[in-house]
Amino acid sequence: MATVLGSSIKRREDPALITGDGKYTDDFALPGMAHAAFVRSPHAHARIGRIDTSAARALPGVLAVFTGADVAKSGVGGVVPTCWLHPGIKTPAHPLLATDTVRYVGDGVAVVVAADPYVARDAVDLVDVEYEPLPAAVDVERATDEGAPIVHAEAPRNISFEWELGDRARTDAAFAAAPRRVDLSLRNTRTLPCAIEPRSAMASWDASTGKLTLRMTSQNPHVHRLLLSLASLGLPEHRIRVIAPNVGGGFGSKIHHYPDEALVSFCAMQLGRPVKWTATRSEATQTDAHGRDHVTRGELALDDDGRILALRVHTYAAMGAYLSTFAPAVPTYLYGTLLSGEYAIPAIHVKVVATFTHTAPVDAVRGAGRPEATFVIERLVDRAAGALGLDPAEIRRRNFVPADQFPYQTQVALLYDSGNYQGTLAKALEMVGYEALRADQAQRRTQGGRLLGIGLSTYIEACGLAPSQVVGSLGAQAGLWESAKVRVHPTGTVTVFTGCSAHGQGHETTYAQIVADQLGIGVDRIDVVHGDTEEVQFGMGTYGSRSAAVGGSAIAKSVDKIVAKCRKIAAHLLEAAEEDIVFEDNRFHVRGAAAKGTGWGDVVLQAYLCHNLPDDVEPGLEETTFYNPSNFTFPFGAHVAVVEIDPDTGEVTVLRYVAVDDVGHVINPMIVDGQLHGGIVHGIGQALFEQVIYDETGQLLTGELMDYALPKAHQVISIELARTVTPCPHNPLGVKGVGEAGAIAAPAAIVNAVVDALAPFGVTHLDMPLTAEKVWRAMQSGRRL
Amino acid sequence: MFPATFDYHRAETLPDAIRLLAELEDAKVLAGGHSLIPMMKLRLAAPATIVDIGRLAELKGVRPIGPRVAVGALTTHAEVAASPVLREHCPLLCEVAGKIADPQVRNRGTVGGNIAHADPASDLPAALVALDGVVCLVGSQGERRVEAKHFFTDLLTTDVRPAEIITHVEVRAIGRGTGSAYLKFEHPASGYAVCGAAAIVTRGANGRCSDAALCFNGVTATPLVIPGAAALVGTGLDDAAIDGVAAALVVQEPMSDVHFSGPYRVALARTYAKRALRLARDRARA
Repeated sequence: MATVLGSSIKRREDPALITGDGKYTDDFALPGMAHAAFVRSPHAHARIGRIDTSAARALPGVLAVFTGADVAKSGVGGVVPTCWLHPGIKTPAHPLLATDTVRYVGDGVAVVVAADPYVARDAVDLVDVEYEPLPAAVDVERATDEGAPIVHAEAPRNISFEWELGDRARTDAAFAAAPRRVDLSLRNTRTLPCAIEPRSAMASWDASTGKLTLRMTSQNPHVHRLLLSLASLGLPEHRIRVIAPNVGGGFGSKIHHYPDEALVSFCAMQLGRPVKWTATRSEATQTDAHGRDHVTRGELALDDDGRILALRVHTYAAMGAYLSTFAPAVPTYLYGTLLSGEYAIPAIHVKVVATFTHTAPVDAVRGAGRPEATFVIERLVDRAAGALGLDPAEIRRRNFVPADQFPYQTQVALLYDSGNYQGTLAKALEMVGYEALRADQAQRRTQGGRLLGIGLSTYIEACGLAPSQVVGSLGAQAGLWESAKVRVHPTGTVTVFTGCSAHGQGHETTYAQIVADQLGIGVDRIDVVHGDTEEVQFGMGTYGSRSAAVGGSAIAKSVDKIVAKCRKIAAHLLEAAEEDIVFEDNRFHVRGAAAKGTGWGDVVLQAYLCHNLPDDVEPGLEETTFYNPSNFTFPFGAHVAVVEIDPDTGEVTVLRYVAVDDVGHVINPMIVDGQLHGGIVHGIGQALFEQVIYDETGQLLTGELMDYALPKAHQVISIELARTVTPCPHNPLGVKGVGEAGAIAAPAAIVNAVVDALAPFGVTHLDMPLTAEKVWRAMQSGRRL
Repeated sequence: MFPATFDYHRAETLPDAIRLLAELEDAKVLAGGHSLIPMMKLRLAAPATIVDIGRLAELKGVRPIGPRVAVGALTTHAEVAASPVLREHCPLLCEVAGKIADPQVRNRGTVGGNIAHADPASDLPAALVALDGVVCLVGSQGERRVEAKHFFTDLLTTDVRPAEIITHVEVRAIGRGTGSAYLKFEHPASGYAVCGAAAIVTRGANGRCSDAALCFNGVTATPLVIPGAAALVGTGLDDAAIDGVAAALVVQEPMSDVHFSGPYRVALARTYAKRALRLARDRARA
């Protein structure tokens, strides 16, 4: 039992999911259920004239067609809000359906409800919308140009907000005095979240009780309930039940509150019958909040030995057509605060200009700001190594925060709690055989043929989101604590209720391991409940690599309270002092007298029998914790990518990928490895293949997976993983979080490797994705030295 | 993904299918359904009527006909890839079929459906042309044979006339002394050919090249035949001769899109010409 924590027990979720017994939102049906379908704008920017729904209404089987005007007339809240505010931020209203202007391809104009999904889809084509197409602002930087098409009248030059962090004067002074400087202009590609299960919602309305039940694809059902109540539907929060059944991935896209799920609820309430909608893949690519989309200029000031003196970053960050739920947080507190990377940088200044464009909204996608920050600093450090003639490993070693200087206060707000950056890099270089690879590369460069590149990415992330007071001071309209209720049943089995609603991560397994380890009972005696606002007290959800560090810690603290109460009962039963009671191997005994003890089952049963409890102990055995972390957690690591380039075609092949990560204590190594594999493949996908492309008119050219290149099994390789363990000092489990690490580290590792391979051609930077043609062109225009 | 309303007819015999196609309004043939059904679900196609020919057993299978091989229109890509007859007499078709999409698509998609759809980035057309293929059709006016090089008339457009059905294709058998190869540069998202090179070379009794063919998918709107491959005839098929053919390759109006430009496709064609011809040569030697 003592080894349950840290063992790779198989995911208890998997048998049902693998055999098709999983129940996703679209698998549910109710008697009388109708189907919704959306009329969406085919234009990026257009004025809406007349909307004629008569032909659609006349189609047999159609129950209703609602437009934005109908929603407004109904008196419900009718908007989706932004939950992160910065000083001076422009927050134009985002109505559930557009009424006078559409602002991106996919913007909702009307919703059709029919008894049959085929009829609903037919009726969509019969809704006649008059559009007057207008020019669109598509590019995140050019949207701020004088005369650019305007997305919202209240945001001149399309600027939603400008945000700064760090000391501008000190940074400028450091640059002015620095002997060496390097700079880099880059684009961080707009990407799709691409959960395999598209968004889906099924709402039912009970008019007699005034209660709405909404099954939906959610990473945070309580947050969705809160926003539905406050802003979209005008229903009391306690009369809304949101249930997230099995959820087929989210990658951030199912955190956010969209109009569609609210409209499905609205339709159910208007019609008095259940209504369901499931997005098509085309709807998903058009309307799921996209990720990244930055244009950045970064500069490093260094001394002649390659020690970093200052960092200056200016970023244009796309918000898309409307401010999505947590969008303003992503390029600011999840980005600017991470720009110091693993390095001791004495002066940093970052400025972010967040702009509206006539594109899908942009919000958190796996990593959310931290991949962008890591990309900036890791590319700049490589650029500096190249400029100063230093090995990329050496320049990193010279600038790492030393292992003996933790906690370390960066110049961009964060206090790194613990770390050993030299340790992960040394281990990664040893695993990959760095010296031999460099020798091989040197030899190949004299011989021609396939080009070899080696790329490092030494990353840090801030996760375990997050200390509520800190995020509050940074603009959050929410606290980012987590709750856990642990219920011990009279027979000694346990049910855990967690606010971290899983969508594929394996919480039911890892949380059971935490409890099993603390109580010394088998994991099969512990069940984990999540994803239902009626069963779970409250919760902030699963994202930001927070579920182990925050959700897991809440569970551990509740179990501690259970054990404390049991110890009290045991002391009473054993007629010993409470402080003399030892709990080990699922048994309470008196210190120094192992024979004088009582079993877990007897103590638990007594808690419920209440025949012989101490006077100050209530019957029952159930404890709840609302855990607010005192700091972020700071996982870190060193990734090394080895790539080969076909000199004739520019095709990049990843030969090896070595990742040494430090995520603190590991609860289930197999699940941790799986998260790393998935994250790294996600990052390789962004580096080599993925890109959302809008043309100048705002048409989405990568609207299907035939055009948007999500990495597939045959395009990636077996990943070599190792770990160091530097426990998080401030949470009870010593865990940090792992869900985003791969996606944060991998893009920089891959791009650094490709640029390294292309060094003989004079290439110093290429923007993602590194398609074969882009690499080929770089070789065509470059010079082979 | 809900297609528009359509009528469905299942043809029991080939004449039955032709009659249905002639009589019914706006009818489309359904074979393996791997081009038509996705287009219908995306509502890029909305035929009033579907004529399902999937059960016409006479359109299935592979059989040798003298120096040629016939492949039924309903033969799936997986069946082509695994066919012992083709492995013996026309391994190029096996190689090509085995590189189409993924196993699920290969298990359902058919030879006839593939060429009728005429996606310029599809894998079969170049090989069919390089193999002097003939597309055999039947309609109410009787049977018709169209050379593969004339069959593909434009992007997604073929010489199939209204109410005609492809029954089979015929290709030349590849004999002793002949080597073939199909190499493609895949689109990273779709797996379709950005550039797919089908090469066939034959060594005569004297060891010199007596015949050579080279054809591409994905580079132009219809299969791109490289007449310059004939320059290999009489050579020893040495690298220099092959590289000469590749370097001389000229492409009129290469396709270009947001993913891969025309000039890049031409560069790929030169590289893949070299690689496919060399591989075909090595196989001829073996």
